[in-house]
Amino acid sequence: MEHFLGFAIPGIPFGCTYALVAVGLVLTYQATGVLNFAYGAQAYLSAFVFTYLVQNEHLPVGLAFVIAVVVLAPAVGLIFDRFLFRKIAPANVIAKLVTGISMLIGIPAVLSILFTNSNQYNPPSILFNPDVVYFRFAGTPINGISVTSVLATAVTLVALVVLIRWTSLGLKMRGAVESRRLIELDGVNGGRVVASAWAVSGLIAGLAGVLLAPAYGQLQFSDYADLMVAAFAAAAWAVLRSLPIAVLVGVLMGVTVNILQGYLPAGSIWSSAVLTSLPFIVLVGALVLVPGMRTLGGAKDPLAAVDPPTPPTTAALRAPEFDRVIKILWYVLLVVFSVSMLTWMPKIWANVFNAGLAYSVVFLSITLITGMGGQLSLCQATLAGVGAFMAAQLASHLGLNFLLGGLVGAATAAVVAVVLAFASVRLRGLGLALMTIAAALVFDNVVFAEVDTVHGQPINVTPHAVGLGILNPDGRAYFVLAMVVLAVCVFLVMRVRRGSIGRFLGAMQGSSTAASGIGVNLTWMHVLVFGLSGAVAGIGGTLLSINQQAVNPNTFSWEFSLVLVVVVVTTGVNTPEGAIQAGFGYVVLQQLLTYVPGRLGGNSLLIIFFAFGALTYVAHPEGILEFQKRRWTLRFERLLLRDRATPSSAAPPGPEGGTPAWAPDPAVGG
Amino acid sequence: MADVPAGNALLRVDGVSKSFGGIAAVNAVSMEVGRGESVGLVGPNGAGKTTLFNCVCGQLQPEHGTIDLDGRPLVPLPTFERARLGIGRTYQRIEVFPDMTVRDHLLVALRARWRRGRLWRDLCNLSKPSVEETAKVEDVLGMVGLRDRAEAPVASLGLGSCRLVELARALVTDPVVLMADEPSSGLDVHETRELGAVLRQVQRDQGMAMVLVEHDLSMVAEVVDRTVVMNLGEVIAEGDFESVMADRAVRTAYLGVQE
Repeated sequence: MEHFLGFAIPGIPFGCTYALVAVGLVLTYQATGVLNFAYGAQAYLSAFVFTYLVQNEHLPVGLAFVIAVVVLAPAVGLIFDRFLFRKIAPANVIAKLVTGISMLIGIPAVLSILFTNSNQYNPPSILFNPDVVYFRFAGTPINGISVTSVLATAVTLVALVVLIRWTSLGLKMRGAVESRRLIELDGVNGGRVVASAWAVSGLIAGLAGVLLAPAYGQLQFSDYADLMVAAFAAAAWAVLRSLPIAVLVGVLMGVTVNILQGYLPAGSIWSSAVLTSLPFIVLVGALVLVPGMRTLGGAKDPLAAVDPPTPPTTAALRAPEFDRVIKILWYVLLVVFSVSMLTWMPKIWANVFNAGLAYSVVFLSITLITGMGGQLSLCQATLAGVGAFMAAQLASHLGLNFLLGGLVGAATAAVVAVVLAFASVRLRGLGLALMTIAAALVFDNVVFAEVDTVHGQPINVTPHAVGLGILNPDGRAYFVLAMVVLAVCVFLVMRVRRGSIGRFLGAMQGSSTAASGIGVNLTWMHVLVFGLSGAVAGIGGTLLSINQQAVNPNTFSWEFSLVLVVVVVTTGVNTPEGAIQAGFGYVVLQQLLTYVPGRLGGNSLLIIFFAFGALTYVAHPEGILEFQKRRWTLRFERLLLRDRATPSSAAPPGPEGGTPAWAPDPAVGG
Repeated sequence: MADVPAGNALLRVDGVSKSFGGIAAVNAVSMEVGRGESVGLVGPNGAGKTTLFNCVCGQLQPEHGTIDLDGRPLVPLPTFERARLGIGRTYQRIEVFPDMTVRDHLLVALRARWRRGRLWRDLCNLSKPSVEETAKVEDVLGMVGLRDRAEAPVASLGLGSCRLVELARALVTDPVVLMADEPSSGLDVHETRELGAVLRQVQRDQGMAMVLVEHDLSMVAEVVDRTVVMNLGEVIAEGDFESVMADRAVRTAYLGVQE
């Protein structure tokens, strides 16, 4: 028993931090309807600034705490509200998730640029000395970190319960979750209520951040990402509603991890796989077993009808004459590009474009599941990795050609995706996003880190394994292969998009109630789109590995899945055209940034560019690139086809004859 | 139980109950709809009409009772299979596919009803609308007066047109029974009158059965053959429209006072 308590009690401070973050997530969701994916980044930001001020600027701990937690953390929450989430229509679950995700990956990238010395060591404790044992409980020494965590969590929870249960602001916050606009009709200043909730939740994030920091010798964002997943799991069991359950599950998880750590043999696959996967197992358990999680985020805003409709794609909008010209220009571009790649293209740029082709295939898988299926999957890099890893395994163990192995890999990725689809068959929106990110994390920790890699080191792809001279450094065979694969994938996706399945998926996106009411089998559609998307991702992953001549776990990590999502929503997720733009945009920008001095950010700039680019998704859910294309198309049409009565005759009026939000600027053009 | 000749009942609801948090929304309701019959289901707000619709169409599972369509039990079936058996539905709160054109709404319903959507057909480019499908869609578009708006995205249409789109989407599948849930909700007098005329004509021309939930009693009187009145989850009266409306219990339920 003493052993047991000796393992369990040190887990309580970790559990308290999980609980605190889970409570912050619940509070934000209850008041704003947003499951804040950026929460881990907010906690990391405060912890980083706090540690920096103490260690580098030698400020007193109290002053650093005031700046990093009391001032900065709520300010970040208010900025999120004012400039990001307030602009999102309440019913747009995907926009809320994408915005949070873009901040989750954007904030650490900004920090790494702003602070050249981004490695922070020995974060201090805010109250009690971590090195002093204050008392013993059941024989277990309790140090300053434990005392501080438990005390701060308890005080915060009591304050929160008082705020939510017994104050007028708390009552208004509970009213705002359904629709801020609705409580405004009752004379409540909804904006202020929601802003208050963001400030309080920001404060909690900052507090959790500085509480967790001293537990680690070095401040790393990955620890905060793990913290966030654990908090997601606790919040999910609470159906993002019940504070006591969130606290209980959070504390239990902290304790369980410590107990398992104590009893499982150190260094075994069990200890590494089970321990790192526990929060994800708990999260998946909540998603599968808790009925309330199935419909989470599916509630309709009573005032949703006042939101403008999603604008049609440029292709659907432009005049037939212009459409013909655009199509011809596309073919000309394709021919010029192909000829250039086969003849004069400098090697460095040929490599860039070759990578762009591979990325385009991976992005195409997101077009399938998000653009056509209307679901946000946060494990597309994982599915790509399944394809690549399977091809590599077959090549190294059975001597199978990498290309044939890639086809088997694509089939395997499709099977994994189908299994995931069945596991998440009742989940939509938020629940599905959480399930897919949990799957990505499990694959990262259990599969990719263990299967034939040495501590996560890449497996090399040899020219012999691929064959056909594809990896000949002076040849063009890879380009031909990648072009053919991309063309076939785009062709087939377009066929599906224009066919019955595409229409069924469109119906599901529009109204799942009506879709099932006319006879569309929603379960089958869900499974089918996951399977297709998995297969395409698997093919893309194999192609990418051949291009990189290595199967690298980092390329297929869960963080990269998030990067893929923010890249493709920036360019336009709805069409194969958007996927190709994302693929090429990503690699071209990456290459251009190599010309920028390294001290200005390097790869972090790329992440920042797309992370902040994805914020435009709020205003332009069709993608900022797609928006600009439509804008310029309409301008050109007005200019060139001015003799026609209504050049963009396809442009319909807004609902009830009003002007839709995407209508061209009347001041522009002929 | 309804006044439907023995053996002629198409839709049979028997002892269906559904409660939410201990409150009985529908309590042991039984009713029948005959082939080609038009039944009005009326009652004050909260009577349980839409809940009963949801039980019949599969959006809700009843706790007790059976629902049969042409002798086939519906309760074990999911919503989409019930639709494929021939239950067409419109919704109290508009349920359309905003990004689709009116024509695509009808096409997608046609394909779903007759299970013509196959992945291999899409991949082989065999999913273009057939002559038969095009003719059927045109026919229904003409029937409800939407032919001139066939290519418009539904997001660009007004409420009245959206109601017609929902109706057309249900009709194009040749339903054996049409469940219309407050089709006049949100429409003006003129639009309601037009919709009533369309419903009456279509129901008689196609010979399908129809259950109409409606608050506009003049529309009900015009369209239905028989009226069932619900209040507080129970059927309180049924028969022809005039006699039902003269019923003391019905007047009490609507007016809230004993006469």
